[in-house]
Amino acid sequence: MFGSSTALPSRRGFFPSIGLYPLLAALALSILMGLSSLAFAQENDSPFIIVQSTTSTRNSGLFEHLLPLFQADTGIEVRVVAVGTGQALRNAKNGDGDVLLTHSRIDEERFVAEGHGVERFDVMYNDFIIVGPARDPAGIEGQDDAPSALSMIADTKRPFASRGDDSGTHKAELRLWRMAGVDVQAASGRWYRETGSGMGTTLNIAVGMDAYALTDRATWIAFGNKGNHRILVQGDPRLFNQYGIILVNPDRHPGVKAKQGRRFVDWILSSTGQEAIASYRIDGQPLFFPNAKR
Amino acid sequence: MSDFGGILGEAAGLLVALDPDLMEIIGLSLRITLVSLVIACFIGLPVGALAGAFAFPGRSALIVLLNTLMGLPPVVVGLIAYLILSASGPLGPLGLLYTPVAMIIAQTILITPIVAALTRQVVEDLHLEYAEQFASMQAGKIRRILELMKDARYSLLTAVLAGFGRAISEVGAVIIVGGNINHVTRVMTTAIALETSKGNLQLALALGIVLLLLAVMINAGVMALRAFAERSALA
Repeated sequence: MFGSSTALPSRRGFFPSIGLYPLLAALALSILMGLSSLAFAQENDSPFIIVQSTTSTRNSGLFEHLLPLFQADTGIEVRVVAVGTGQALRNAKNGDGDVLLTHSRIDEERFVAEGHGVERFDVMYNDFIIVGPARDPAGIEGQDDAPSALSMIADTKRPFASRGDDSGTHKAELRLWRMAGVDVQAASGRWYRETGSGMGTTLNIAVGMDAYALTDRATWIAFGNKGNHRILVQGDPRLFNQYGIILVNPDRHPGVKAKQGRRFVDWILSSTGQEAIASYRIDGQPLFFPNAKR
Repeated sequence: MSDFGGILGEAAGLLVALDPDLMEIIGLSLRITLVSLVIACFIGLPVGALAGAFAFPGRSALIVLLNTLMGLPPVVVGLIAYLILSASGPLGPLGLLYTPVAMIIAQTILITPIVAALTRQVVEDLHLEYAEQFASMQAGKIRRILELMKDARYSLLTAVLAGFGRAISEVGAVIIVGGNINHVTRVMTTAIALETSKGNLQLALALGIVLLLLAVMINAGVMALRAFAERSALA
C-alpha cells in the first residue's frame, strides 16, 4: 500500500494542514511580545546609576523614602541592588555598580585602599540588637554587655541563627563572639546555625527554630514576622552600626557613571540628604541616624 | 500568620485592585519568560528533533548532555551569566547586567535543554512508528523532520509548556543577573523572595498564589487552543 510514492492514503495523517494556524498565531503573538520586551529594555535612556547596598537599607524601606526625593532634585534614577556587604563589595570590585552604601568600615576602607573606591564617607548609623524568644531560655534579657550575653547563649547551648554570609552584620557578629571568647566554628551545625542567607531570611529561621540572632535595628523594626521574638539586648556601645558611602573609582572601572554617582554621594552627605534620612520613621521610630561629617 | 482563607482573600484583593506595581511585575515576568521561551524553542526544537530522528556521531553524548542540562541548577546558571555579563566579564561593555535582557539570557540557558531533551524523546518515539512508512516513501531528511514535528505537535506543546513552567517559576538565576531592582528587574519570583525576607509571609504567599493562577490561565489557554485545533483538523 505504501509501494507507490505518488499515492499516499495516509497523507492526510501526515498533513493535517488546518489547525496549525492558531498555534502559529500564538507563536507570532509571543514573538511580538518578545520584541516589545526588548524595546522596553532599550527605551530607558534616562540617566541612572546602580547602587550596591545591603538588605537592611532596602528591607527597612529607607531607599523607597530617599530615592524619589533624590530623583526629584536631580532627575537621576537610582537602581538598588541589595545584597550582603561582602557581596556588594565584590560586585563593585568587578565594576558592577557606581556607588556603594554598606556597613563594614574595615572592609570599606580596604576597598578604597586597593584603589576600587574614590573615598569613603560616614553617612548614618543605627545599632545592632540581639533578638530572641520572649521566654529567653538563656536568660540574657537586660544584659548591657553584648559579648557576655553571647557567652550565656554559648554556655547554655541555646540555638543561635547566624547570617554566615560574610555580610556587614555577620562580620559584626563574629567580632562580638571573639570578644566573648567563644569559638563558634566549633559549634557550627549544633547550637550555632549558619543560615548563609540575608537578614530577613535569617530572622525567619530564628523565629522558626526559637533561636537567638543578631540583627540591625532597622530590619527588625520593619520586619513583619516577629512571632514571639523580641529585643533582649541593646545599648552596648560595641553594637554601634556605621554605614558608609563610596563612589566606585572610575579610573579603575571605566564603566562607572562618575558624574551621576558623585551627585548621589554629595546629595546623601548634604543637609538635604541627611535630613531626609533623619525623617524616615516607622511607627514614629527613627531607623537611621545621619552623621555625615561635612 | 493568618489562615489560608485570609491569604486567598489577599491574593484575590491584589488581583482585583489591579495594583499598578503588581501589574508591572506580572507583565515583566510574562515578557521575560515568553522571550526566553521563543528563543529556547528556536534552538531547542530543531536540535531535539535532529537528535530524535537521525543517527550521527556523538548523538548519544548529545542526548546525555541534554538530559543532564535539564537539571541545571538555576543559581549556577545565574553565576555563569553574571560572570559573562559583569563589567569585568567578556560581555561587560554591553552593559546588560541588571537589565531584563540579562534575565532573558539566563532563562534561555536554563530552559533550552528542557525543550530540546523533551523534543528529542517525543520525536524519537514517533520516528520508530513511522520508520517503515518513511522508508517506503523514500522521504528526504527535511521532510521527515517536518512531518514528525507536525504529527508530534501536541506532545511538543508539553515540552514547550515544561520550559515555560521552569522559566516563570525560577528565582535563583534571575535574582543574580537581574538584581531584583524595583521597577526594572523585579519579577514575580524575586518579589516573593523579597517579601519573604521582609517577614511579610502573607503577602509573599498571596503573590505566590497570583503566580500560580497565572500559570493555570496560560496552561488552560493552551489546552483550549489545542482542543480548538483538533476540532478544526477533524472538521
